[in-house]
Amino acid sequence: MPNNVHIYDAVIVGAGGAGLRAALEASKGCKTAVVSKMYPTRSHTGAAQGGMCAALANVEEDSWEWHAFDTVKGGDFLSDQDAVDVMCQEAVESVLDLERMGLPFNRTPDGKIDQRRFGGHTRNHGEAAVKRACYAADRTGHMILQTLFQQCNKQGVEFYNEFFVLDLIIEGGVCGGIVAYEIATGEIHTFRAKAVLFATGGYGKMFKITSNAHTLTGDGPGLVYRKGLPLEDIEFFQFHPTGLYRLGILLSEAARGEGGILRNGDGERFMERYAPTIKDLAPRDMVSRAEFFEIKEGRGAGPNKDYVLLDLTAVDPEVVEAKLPDITEFARTYLGVDPLKEGVPTVPTAHYAMGGIPTNVNTEVLRSAHGEVVPGFYAAGECACVSVHGANRLGTNSLLDIIVFGRRGGLGMAEHAARTKLIDIPDDVAKPSEDWIASLTDGQSPEPIAAIRKDLQEEMWDKVSVLRTDEGLGQAINSVAHLRERYAKARVKDRSKVFNTELVEHIELGFIIDMAEALVISAKARTESRGGHYREDHQKRDDEHWLKHTFINKTPDGDTRLAYKPVTMGRYEPVERKY
Amino acid sequence: MEVTLKVLRFNPETDTESHFEEYKVEADPMDRLLDLLHEIKWYQDHSLAVRRSCGHGICGSDAVVVNGVNRLACKILVKDLPSEITVEPIRGMPVIRDLVVDMEPFFAGYRAVKPWLITDDREHEPDRERIQSPEERARFDDTTKCILCAACTSSCPIFWSDEEYVGPAAIVNAHRFIFDSRDSGADERLQILSSKNGAFKCRTAFNCTDACPRGIKVTMAIQEVKQAALYRSV
Ligand SMILES: Cc1cc2nc3c(=O)[nH]c(=O)nc-3n(C[C@H](O)[C@H](O)[C@H](O)COP(=O)(O)OP(=O)(O)OC[C@H]3O[C@@H](n4cnc5c(N)ncnc54)[C@H](O)[C@@H]3O)c2cc1C
Repeated sequence: MPNNVHIYDAVIVGAGGAGLRAALEASKGCKTAVVSKMYPTRSHTGAAQGGMCAALANVEEDSWEWHAFDTVKGGDFLSDQDAVDVMCQEAVESVLDLERMGLPFNRTPDGKIDQRRFGGHTRNHGEAAVKRACYAADRTGHMILQTLFQQCNKQGVEFYNEFFVLDLIIEGGVCGGIVAYEIATGEIHTFRAKAVLFATGGYGKMFKITSNAHTLTGDGPGLVYRKGLPLEDIEFFQFHPTGLYRLGILLSEAARGEGGILRNGDGERFMERYAPTIKDLAPRDMVSRAEFFEIKEGRGAGPNKDYVLLDLTAVDPEVVEAKLPDITEFARTYLGVDPLKEGVPTVPTAHYAMGGIPTNVNTEVLRSAHGEVVPGFYAAGECACVSVHGANRLGTNSLLDIIVFGRRGGLGMAEHAARTKLIDIPDDVAKPSEDWIASLTDGQSPEPIAAIRKDLQEEMWDKVSVLRTDEGLGQAINSVAHLRERYAKARVKDRSKVFNTELVEHIELGFIIDMAEALVISAKARTESRGGHYREDHQKRDDEHWLKHTFINKTPDGDTRLAYKPVTMGRYEPVERKY
Repeated sequence: MEVTLKVLRFNPETDTESHFEEYKVEADPMDRLLDLLHEIKWYQDHSLAVRRSCGHGICGSDAVVVNGVNRLACKILVKDLPSEITVEPIRGMPVIRDLVVDMEPFFAGYRAVKPWLITDDREHEPDRERIQSPEERARFDDTTKCILCAACTSSCPIFWSDEEYVGPAAIVNAHRFIFDSRDSGADERLQILSSKNGAFKCRTAFNCTDACPRGIKVTMAIQEVKQAALYRSV
């Protein structure tokens, strides 16, 4: 057997919330490894702030069915309602389970898990905001990541840290493992496995302003796309209304849940005009759009009228310090603004990918819009699309998603491993990866890749963010194609085998370009406005033609093909989304 | 404004020892040190190796020594630094390349204190959450903030000279459980921390508290653990 071949039952790619939750489950049932390009605790799940929702009804009357309704309505009716039911029903147990693992949730006076309000979560189908978000100050994601990492250590889960996955092995339509690059040594490793789960997170780094980490580059979905497999609903990207001005660092919606108010340059609480009932707590797509309109119509704040203000001055300072300590510190550190005394300059920030690798509720990856699966291949978390979030995710539903479907993924892999054998794979399965890495350092680069990345991020921000048009999307398609050509000519200057982060960034940029391509093409085709996808030239939702999921894939000759999959309906018929 | 960065470089493939390299960078007072390192890496010298991810002080990847003190590169701004900035890898762990060190000794210390909830009701778990009052929850709040960046441990003079010492971060993480009302593993952990590589190696230099980017009162947490170990009372 060649060097650097590892054999497992289950291999999990990614060590964020979804990957670690899957690992806890899979490793109970079969030999499991977690392969991650970063140390687990560096994953971006740790940056999640506001909360994880479940209808615990600890503070107010609530039910999983109300939660399901809000999720479907928040998703502008594109969510698959069977999957939403699964998530909302399993939510309660998922939160309790984390508590029992030791997660330090904030508590009610009588010692139960405390809950607070969050955008789009209501009682009894929209009557009023409900307290459904379970939280640990504004560090909920940090606590989830730490708690899961603690449990993985306790359980002796095997980690391959700082291993960058380069390839997915598929033979005869069946998944047989992955190929990875060890960042510390430059060596290539093959991991054979009966089951592989991708939990590689989001891809917000294609936009200039984002709350996402530098490392969120869509490697997982990008790889799937390169394999000719489909991606689902990539045009639906969420822009969060409160990113720190210019930087995009997130100020959680919890700030508005605790009573914060958005104001324009005239000091007006403008959300009253856009969502009279729940105002500042309307779903994110609506609030971000409202901000763009305010700025566009000349009512922005600041010398250039190019931001709005998040006003926390009316909230009890003790509540701010106790329940929102981190975001208060972000505003002080990075903008030099004290939220206790003045409004914080904020803008929409690219935040969350609703689309991703298509899966069914058991996290099995779909091969086509008809619903057949790729045996042995699973995906969960932000890189996947089940689809529970539809066209727009509600706040606190992603931490829930990663736990519910991470767990399901782990269980699914263990079951699959118990009833299958390792498939045969060619001896030279790592050769394409080796050749690829070698080619990257072969020759001179006409320009630094940072220049290509910057141009991509700016183009995507200008033409493909909160407001989109046919013309802008057409231009973006050409720009992305042109950037792809520039990228193809670029080379890695650093020839070292030891911790070559230039090489890593180079590979990452390739995946972001793939994801940008899938996004702009899917977005141009969808001639309606729904959730996070807003077309100025088609401002209404069009259920007659577009109540369906987009599937995009690359054909062997490099073209892209679009197909569509009907939405799984259930109790809720589409109605106009008013708040 | 222009600032000068002196960065300690080392590549095991070409260097026998580390050396400083100097870069001049155009900077805004509100730039993070990480922005400057990116500017160098992206446009001047692609070979510079540094870990980073979230860019706003949460993931704990980019702890470095800045003008002699430990900071996260993404949480220290140009306006708070002089126009000549020295950047070195954190100390006490082997350098892999440039600003990247081998974190394994650090995580070994962490794992040694059993940083996970230990309960004796695992067999008969409650069907709902365990009850914990807000006061009980507040008792260990400070140490839950740790992001395992190693800024504290790698600032500790005892850790530099003695790799066997579990280090401040490990004690912080033990504290997080010892003072959690739901946990029943205090005895096990205090025993580990009373051994020769445990909490009593601390000489209260306070470097750790100064270094913590999360503002955790590290030295105080260590003192509380020592007290608990002496009196076995939590
Ligand atoms: C600032 C911020 C705040 C948020 N707040 C909330 C909130 O309050 N509530 C909520 O519900 N949601 C929130 N979200 C969304 C939520 O945090 C994320 O969607 C979720 O944490 C994603 O988890 P994940 O496990 O899918 O991915 P991640 O945690 O991003 O993990 C991805 C993993 O994949 C690995 N990886 C990636 N590519 C490769 C590769 N090529 N090879 C090997 N490994 C790879 C990485 O190393 C990493 O371990 C927030 C998001 C942000 C950005």
